[in-house]
Amino acid sequence: MSEITDTLETTMENPVAGIDQSNGNFKYDMTYDFDAGTGLNERTVDYISSVKKEAQWIHEFRQSALKTFFAKPLPTHWASKDLENINFDKIRYYLSQGQKPKRTWDEVPDDIKRTFERLGIPEQERKFLAGVEAQFDSEAAYSNIKEAVSKQGVIFMNSTEGLREHPEIFRKFFGKVIPTSDNKFSALNSAVFSGGSFIYVPPGVKVSHPLQAYFRINAENFGQFERTLIICDEGSELTYMEGCTAPKFSTATLHSAVVELVALKGAKIQYITVQNWSSNVFNLVTKRGLAHEESEIKWIDCNIGSRLTMKYPGVVLKGRKARGEVISIALANDGQHQDTGAKMVHAADETTSTVVSKSISVGQGRATYRGVVHIPRHLKGCKNNTECDALLINTNSRTDTYPAITVRGDRHAVQHEASVSKVSAEQIFYMQQRGLTEGQAMSLSVNGFVNDLARQFPMEYSVELKRLIDLEMEGSVG
Amino acid sequence: MALVSTDTAVAVPHVGSFTSAAFEKHLSGSPSWWHARKRAAYERFAALPMPTRTDESWRFSTISGFKLDGFVPDAPDLSGAKAAQVAFAIAAEPTLIFVNGRLASRNPLPESLSSRGVVVSTLSEAARTNPELLREHFMAQPQKLGSAKFAALHEAFIADGAFVHVPRGVEVTEPIVLIHSASGAGTAVFPHTLVIAEDNSKVTVVDHFLSNDQFGQFACGANDLYAGHGAKITYTAAQCWSLESLSMQFNSTVVRRDARVQSLNLHLGAKQARHESLSQLQAPGGFSEMLALTVASGSREFDQRTLQIHQAPNTKSDLLYKNALLDKSRTIFSGLIIVDPDAQKTDAYQSNRNLMLSEDAESNSLPGLEIQANDVRCTHGATSAPIDADQAFYLKSRGIPEKAAHELLIFGFFEDVLSRLESEELHSAIRDLIRKRFAR
Repeated sequence: MSEITDTLETTMENPVAGIDQSNGNFKYDMTYDFDAGTGLNERTVDYISSVKKEAQWIHEFRQSALKTFFAKPLPTHWASKDLENINFDKIRYYLSQGQKPKRTWDEVPDDIKRTFERLGIPEQERKFLAGVEAQFDSEAAYSNIKEAVSKQGVIFMNSTEGLREHPEIFRKFFGKVIPTSDNKFSALNSAVFSGGSFIYVPPGVKVSHPLQAYFRINAENFGQFERTLIICDEGSELTYMEGCTAPKFSTATLHSAVVELVALKGAKIQYITVQNWSSNVFNLVTKRGLAHEESEIKWIDCNIGSRLTMKYPGVVLKGRKARGEVISIALANDGQHQDTGAKMVHAADETTSTVVSKSISVGQGRATYRGVVHIPRHLKGCKNNTECDALLINTNSRTDTYPAITVRGDRHAVQHEASVSKVSAEQIFYMQQRGLTEGQAMSLSVNGFVNDLARQFPMEYSVELKRLIDLEMEGSVG
Repeated sequence: MALVSTDTAVAVPHVGSFTSAAFEKHLSGSPSWWHARKRAAYERFAALPMPTRTDESWRFSTISGFKLDGFVPDAPDLSGAKAAQVAFAIAAEPTLIFVNGRLASRNPLPESLSSRGVVVSTLSEAARTNPELLREHFMAQPQKLGSAKFAALHEAFIADGAFVHVPRGVEVTEPIVLIHSASGAGTAVFPHTLVIAEDNSKVTVVDHFLSNDQFGQFACGANDLYAGHGAKITYTAAQCWSLESLSMQFNSTVVRRDARVQSLNLHLGAKQARHESLSQLQAPGGFSEMLALTVASGSREFDQRTLQIHQAPNTKSDLLYKNALLDKSRTIFSGLIIVDPDAQKTDAYQSNRNLMLSEDAESNSLPGLEIQANDVRCTHGATSAPIDADQAFYLKSRGIPEKAAHELLIFGFFEDVLSRLESEELHSAIRDLIRKRFAR
């Protein structure tokens, strides 16, 4: 029997996954069949491995990652001291009702199904998606791909299943883009990962509609550690979208994902994230793509929720003429710190990368851009262009920019530009003159600020983003 | 390049040649009024760890280059002070010439200035004539850029330095030139210049740092500028130490209401150099213009760290650092603009341009912003690019050899900065120094 805890009074008219903050603020009380308990040690890892009936190599991989996690200090010499408020001993690392996702919504247990229905996932699936995976706490509750797409040879499943059913592909790429020891949180993920998507697109296949994953945290004091691995074989194309929500608890929740993308020769991957965790979630995610010759990886990363987000999607440009792009939108409201950015590592001739970041700080919110651009010796014809714009709404809003650019050699062109501004008083005055209220004028102006980026989102997302900005801007004036 | 650094290096206490025995010896030769302060500074120096790889303020630096071994503090000068011969190409005679940290010779100030109360003296003299001013301003600003240990070393071992005081409302038209030179292998020098421009005064000061020989020396210097309300300081530091030397310099600039400071740092010498520059805009209407030009060749490393702090509303800062990178040289520019919560109407700009002239050169840029007020205009930019191919082709097609063409284009690249100098004489003197640097 499940009880609904609901703090939401009005229902939103057009709920699209993950964008509206208040839309995700509800939870159902659940009983879990599998629970690794509270705290983290070797036994936690043994438990996860045995529940998933994993092969020996992956069990050893997890155990060694756990050692790395314990050995590494928190990166507080450059990152926010807020990280020290994560109590790793009070977190539950694995909660699920079973390891096998259902193929139809009818088979999904009622309480979980209700959650996703409220978030509008089945509806969207019918409307415009080629496949959906819905993760509830540690495991996927539902995973399905449209028949036409799977007939093309596209594999789309939960990473737990991927590991079991396609070990030959999985093992070849797993942990190769982001090594376990990359940082403390990638090590943590490598030790206790569960769920996430595994996608393989065969050569030449262009997946016409996006695949989507939806991540939901339901339990208190829970840590979600999904692991996503996407491989696009030569000349293939894929758009992948992920959304996420959690109910607001008074205690901290941890989300620490690792996402690895591999674009083989000439492939194109577009990865869209709309992060809308509740404001008690620490969102510490490592995302990186490996771009082979003439391939293209584009991250569209939109961060609206969470207490602290630290996420710097990266592209390692390994093949000649590979292209990397990061488009980042961050909105930081009271009590939030969006520490986002991009990493571009050029490792072949004539590789190009672009970073465009726009952040909005509202109230006492803090938005930070942190980036790395690295062009090593003996390459030629590499180009990077980075633009960061920050908009500060209130007098006590805060924004920071910390890029690091290393260029070796005289055959590259790199430029970085950043600016900080507030909404132009002239613009507001002009709009007020024409009968708009100050709040409406402010919303319009902020929407104008992100408009050229928001347009790159799929239609449903950009409409919602606009509406959300309107919501967040309410009451921020004055 | 990892955003999340993996290991913590263990900090080892390191004093190198600057042992407590060396310090006691130094102290016995310094005036007794200074002892207590120097002793406290030495204790700080000895207690502070050397910077490590995980120090953000030393990111990308070759920290091992700043090992403190093999240096001699208080080395006697055996060169016979040839410094004056290599002086700055401007008409004004250098007022003070220091060799190995001590005053070697001086030229009197014109009567017109001394009669109006302008003082250009050594710190030791100032300790007698202007003790209150010295107490208030000497090493009074915070070390925020990572070199607290080296600043403490400077204060512990400084032998003497220059003190420039311009009273309220006095305008000094001729530049005041100060020469700080070093000679002998392994000599450690601690040059110091303190400029105090009282309200509504005006002064131009040139610090010229140079070696009297080809040996490697260690220079650990400080220059502190204080501009009172409505004052105007134009300051140039020409760093021309020998190409084997190690240079560490801390600059601090305090800008009061409606004051204006323009500082230009020229980096031409040393094997490895680190320069830290802190501008504090403390009252409305203040303006700090921070300029730098660097010629990096061989396998030299130039590490520049800057901080523009806007502490009051309606202040302005403008930073332009240009580096020309040849051979296997490396440069690091790490700048930060901080706008305090109440500093509305701040106008801050920060720009680092790197001209890449070799395929083995490496530039690192870390232009940063920390903004806590919303009604501001803050912009920064960083670029790294080679010489424009069309420009190079144009010069080549007119028969200009590649090396000369590069030199011309480097001057063109530097012109943005040089043209900001008001004084034509200073402008051409600096061009002259850069030209000499290429001739070396």
